[in-house]
Amino acid sequence: MIEFQHVKKVYETKKQKVEALKGVNLTVEKGDIFGVVGYSGAGKSTLIRLVNLLEHPSEGQVIVGGKELTSLNPKELRAEKKKIGMIFQHFNLLNSKTVFDNIAMPLVLSGTPSKEIKERVGELLEFVGLSSKAKSFPEQLSGGQKQRIGIARALATNPSILLCDEATSALDPQTTSAVLQLLKKINKKYNITILLITHEMSVIREICNKVAVMEGGRVVEQGSVYEVFAKPQTDTAKNFVRTVIHDEIPQSYLKNIGSHIPIIWKINFIGTTSGTPLLSTISKKYDVHLSVLSANISEIQETPFGNLIIEVKGDKQEVAKAYQYIKDEGILVQEVQVNG
Amino acid sequence: MGNTLWGMEITAAQLSTAFGDTLYMVALSLIFSGLLGLPLGVLLVITRKGHILENKWFFNVLNPIINIVRSVPFIILLVAIIPLTRAIVGTGIGSNAAIVPLVFYAAPYIARLVENSLLEVDKGIIEAAQAMGATTWQIIYRFLIPEGLSSLILTFTTATIGLVGATAMAGAVGAGGVGDLALAYGYQRFDTMTMVVTVAVLVIIVQLLQSTGNFVSRKIRRR
Repeated sequence: MIEFQHVKKVYETKKQKVEALKGVNLTVEKGDIFGVVGYSGAGKSTLIRLVNLLEHPSEGQVIVGGKELTSLNPKELRAEKKKIGMIFQHFNLLNSKTVFDNIAMPLVLSGTPSKEIKERVGELLEFVGLSSKAKSFPEQLSGGQKQRIGIARALATNPSILLCDEATSALDPQTTSAVLQLLKKINKKYNITILLITHEMSVIREICNKVAVMEGGRVVEQGSVYEVFAKPQTDTAKNFVRTVIHDEIPQSYLKNIGSHIPIIWKINFIGTTSGTPLLSTISKKYDVHLSVLSANISEIQETPFGNLIIEVKGDKQEVAKAYQYIKDEGILVQEVQVNG
Repeated sequence: MGNTLWGMEITAAQLSTAFGDTLYMVALSLIFSGLLGLPLGVLLVITRKGHILENKWFFNVLNPIINIVRSVPFIILLVAIIPLTRAIVGTGIGSNAAIVPLVFYAAPYIARLVENSLLEVDKGIIEAAQAMGATTWQIIYRFLIPEGLSSLILTFTTATIGLVGATAMAGAVGAGGVGDLALAYGYQRFDTMTMVVTVAVLVIIVQLLQSTGNFVSRKIRRR
């Protein structure tokens, strides 16, 4: 649906060249809720703006719905843009227009008859739950309400792609959650592909099925949200995962290790396996003693995602067998090195 | 000077004619300079770096031209362009003749003020417009102008008041108007009463304009 091929973006000022993107390859499939996470300055903002040509790539190609947008003439490009909705961190609503007129704007621009506009805007207002606010002005609305209007406006022309530029970054946690649920509903109900950028890993966890981690103008890691949450490869990804899943070995424990080097395992359960009584099975089957250092279960895409850190004591061979058993069960387990 | 008013050297009829002349000159020069200044102001905004119609060459030509015209003192402009005025309105003196230099004076001023008003419009709104696939023209009149309207009203209020002041000087080409009376009778003939009355009339005009402008601007902003 959206394909970035070797995309580079260079900003040139009089004094210097700034490489915002240094060769990005990324594929967003139809129906995905694809999240791009990164710190500010990572290039994610540039990346999302390439999809609807708010920015032009310096090198490489961005293919949207099978079309290379830079190859289109202005008229064709405008037509394509109507298939790509966008919402913004600061909503970008017209303060001089009512909620109704704001949502109607994309339709007015494409010359839709006013009767049709009235119907469509009514539908959209209902969908985002703000029918009573049609005649209000944006200034009279809360942040969450403004973003709902932004969403309604973005959906007005029935797009197949929705771009979300830090859409929840200006909202409080509760409102964020409500807006994210709305985005999820849009994805399910209308099968709209969503590409979102954020600096909050919790947003990724809550609605995305795929994620890319960006740093210094590159995608340093990408995959399904499970993969990245369970096995982050890069330090950046690890740091992001850690912001929502606390899998640190408690400091108080580390202090009391003394001279021995403990065996510590990090176990990730995904989905159905989180239900299995793993620990009790192991301690019954093998001659090992287990103590839980940290445990944590969260949901990723409505599937339980468990995180367990245990210390294992016992005979070397038994420990090895137990480790193998966990692996054979298809559960992700890793040894953690601790320097005593 | 039989029919004098409050001991002034001028008659009520003279005062009301002058009042009419002032309104006439201000209104017409406002219309023409607005028609010129508004698009120029819009161009100054949209051709600058990073805007929707970025054009370095055009901007770098237009920008200094506006500065140059603006730096010519009005009284000089008034006289300097008399040949041009003759060519346009057929005469070098009178109210109509004053309108040409008034437009030359006010249009670049309005362009600058319009530029300032429109630069206040949040760039995010322009970005949203571009994301929607709006044409350049649609961005200007559906986004830029409506969002800057409240500020534009104040801009035009300021410009109108500036024109009221400039019409007074237009007396130099025999333009008539309240300011002309103040100069010719009040100042040059030491007629204090005429001076007081004419200045009072100007003060009232300016006050009315400013209050109206503020009111309309607030009304738009609050909607």
